[in-house]
Amino acid sequence: MARPLTLFEKIWVPHEVHRDEDGQSLLYVDRHFIHDGSRTAYKQLADRGLGVRRPDLTFASPDHYVPTTSRDFADVDGEDRKDMVSSLTRNTAASGVTEYGLTDDRHGIVHVMGPEQGLSLPGMLILCGDSHTSTHGAVGALAFGIGASEVAHVLATQALWQRKPKTMRVMIEGELAEGVSGKDVVLALVAQIGVNGATGHVIEYAGSTMEALSVEGRLTICNMSIEAGARAGMVAPDEATFAYLKDRPHAPKGEEWDAAVARWRGLATDPGAIFDREVFLDAAAIEPMVTWGNRPSEAVPVTAAVPDVASVEDPAQRRVLQAALDYMGLKAGMRLTDVPVDYVFIGSCTNGRIEDFRAAASVLLGRHVAPGVKAIAVPGSGLVRLQAEAEGLDRIFIEAGFEWRYSGCSMCLAVNGDTVPAGKRSASTSNRNFVGRQGPEARTHLVSPATAAATAIAGRFADHRTLGG
Amino acid sequence: MAKFETLVAIAAPMEQRDINTDAVIPGRFLRRKREEGFGDCLFRDLRFHEDGSENDAFVLNQPAFRDAKVIVANENFGCGSSRESAVFALHDYGIRCVIAPSFGDIFHNNCFKNGLLPIVLPEAEVAELRAQAGTMQGAPFAIDLAAQTVTGVDGVIRRFEVDPFRKRLLLQGMDEIDFTLGFEDKIAAFEAAR
Ligand code: SF4
Repeated sequence: MARPLTLFEKIWVPHEVHRDEDGQSLLYVDRHFIHDGSRTAYKQLADRGLGVRRPDLTFASPDHYVPTTSRDFADVDGEDRKDMVSSLTRNTAASGVTEYGLTDDRHGIVHVMGPEQGLSLPGMLILCGDSHTSTHGAVGALAFGIGASEVAHVLATQALWQRKPKTMRVMIEGELAEGVSGKDVVLALVAQIGVNGATGHVIEYAGSTMEALSVEGRLTICNMSIEAGARAGMVAPDEATFAYLKDRPHAPKGEEWDAAVARWRGLATDPGAIFDREVFLDAAAIEPMVTWGNRPSEAVPVTAAVPDVASVEDPAQRRVLQAALDYMGLKAGMRLTDVPVDYVFIGSCTNGRIEDFRAAASVLLGRHVAPGVKAIAVPGSGLVRLQAEAEGLDRIFIEAGFEWRYSGCSMCLAVNGDTVPAGKRSASTSNRNFVGRQGPEARTHLVSPATAAATAIAGRFADHRTLGG
Repeated sequence: MAKFETLVAIAAPMEQRDINTDAVIPGRFLRRKREEGFGDCLFRDLRFHEDGSENDAFVLNQPAFRDAKVIVANENFGCGSSRESAVFALHDYGIRCVIAPSFGDIFHNNCFKNGLLPIVLPEAEVAELRAQAGTMQGAPFAIDLAAQTVTGVDGVIRRFEVDPFRKRLLLQGMDEIDFTLGFEDKIAAFEAAR
C-alpha cells in the first residue's frame, strides 16, 4: 500500500513544477490575492518590463487603506493613502486583473472576500502578500502569506520557490461549551503553544471539535495560525465545506461541481499519516478568552485575573511580561471584568463574517453600549454588510449604540485612519495585540465577537454568558 | 539583487524575544514608497520618544553600536506581519545580517530578497554571541557566507546552516524573478497538463 499522506502533502506534491537539486520546490499558484499594499510589487514588475502572467488567477480588493465611514474615494484619508488605493485600481486595470473596488458589493478584506466568492477552493495553493492568508486553509487549501518581492515573483511567474515546511497536527477533541467560539479556541491554542509554537510548520486542525465547527469558525482559527508562528493552517474539506462553497460565484457548477467534490473528498489526511509534531487541545476546558499582554499568547479566560508575572523564573521573560503589563496599564491580580474599556471593534479578517455579527447582535439585542465607550462594527465585506442588513442586524447594532460601517481592515491595523488614541483601551475582535498595533500607545485586548459585544455593554470586560441587564 | 559574500561589522545585541515586524516598522509608515527609504522608521517607537528625540537606552542609539551592521537577536525575530518594509527598514538603516535562534518564516524569506542574511544558530550560541556583542563593544564580528561561518569577538568560528538554494542566489546576487523566468518552459508545460 502507498505511504499514507497528509492533507498538506496531497496539495504540496501536485503543485511542484520543479524541485531544485537543493531541495527547493517551484510551486504553481492557483490563486493570488492582492490588495492596496501591492504598489511595491507592481513597481518591481514595471522596473523589469514584466507583466502579470495570469491575471485570470489573480483577484484584488483594496482593504487596508480605505475609509469605513463611506464608499467615496474622496474620503480616502490623505494623498499617500489615495495613491495606495488608486494605484491598485490603475495597476489591476492595466494588467487585466479583476478588482472588487470600493463601490463594488463584493469589496472586502481579501481573506473574507476569497472564500465568500468561492475563489478559495479545496486543494488549491493560495497566496497573498499578507500573513493572514492562512485563513483560506479552512476550506482545505494550502494558503500562506508572502512578502512584497514574492508577490512580484508570483505576478510575473505564477510560481514561488519554497522549501517544504514541517507539519503539525492540532487535535481538538470534545464539545465546546455554549457561547465559546472559534476565536476562543485559537486564543487558547496560541496561549498553550506560544507565539513561536508552530514556526516552520503547517498546522492541520482536526478532531471532533473541528468537525462540528462551522466553516466560518474554521476560517477564524486558520486565520490566527500565524499568531503561533505557523506557515499555514488548514482543515480537511468535508460536507460542511462543500455546503459552504456550493453555488458561490466562482465555485464549479453542475457536473464540474460533482467531479470537484469527488476529487476533494480524497484530500483528507490518510489514517496513519505521520506529522512532525502533534498537539492536543481539550475543547471542553476552553472559556471565552481575553488577551492581557502584547503577544496573542498572553490570553486568559475573561473571568480570570491578570497573571502574576513576578513569579516567572526567567528574568528576561519576566522583564518582557512586566513591560507588557506597564504598556497595557494593568497590575497583576486585577480581574479583567474590573478593567474598563474605551473602544470596542468588531470586524477584521478574523471576525468580520456574518456569523460573527450574528453572535455579537444576539448579545446586543435590547441592550445599550455603556456611556463613554466608542463601539464600531465593520463588516469584512460588502456582502457581509448586505447580509447583516437583510437580517436586520444593522438595526440591532445601531440601536445598541454601535457605528455600523462599510467593509475594510479598519481598526485591526489602523492604517486607514481608524485608530485607537494613545493610552486608550480597546476590546478588539482582530488578531494582534502588539504594541502600537491600533495606534501609538493604544492598548489592545483580543476577544471574540460575543465577548466584544458584552464588553461594550458592560463598559468593562464581560462574560457574555452571564451578562446582566 | 544585492550580493552577500562576507561582512566584518559591529554587532548590536537585542535580548527581547518575539520582536514582531510591527516593532521593526510600525504600520503607519507602510504607505511610503520604496524609493523614499525606510531607514529612519527602523524600530521607530523603540528608537525615538514621542517628541522625536532619541531614546538613549535603545541599543542602536548607544555610541558603541551606532555603526552596527549586525543584530544578534533572540527567539522568533521578525514574527507577525508579512510586511517586507521591515527588511527594507533594516536594510536602509545599514543592517546586513541578523543572527537569532529562530525567525518568523515570512521575515526570514523576505531577508534573502534584499541581500540581508538571516543566520540561525542554536540558542546557547546566540546567547554567547549576544553577550560578546554587549560586553566587548567596538570589536567586530566576521561573517562568511560561502564558508557558512560567524566569528564572534572571541575569535571562535561558529558554523551555521543555510538553505543551499538561498545561499547560491545570495552569493551571486541573482535576481530571483530572472532566475525563475528561466523555467518558463516547465511552468508552461505544467499549466498545459492541468
Ligand atoms: S483585517 Fe487586519 S489582519 Fe486582516 S488583512 Fe486586514 S489588516 Fe491584516
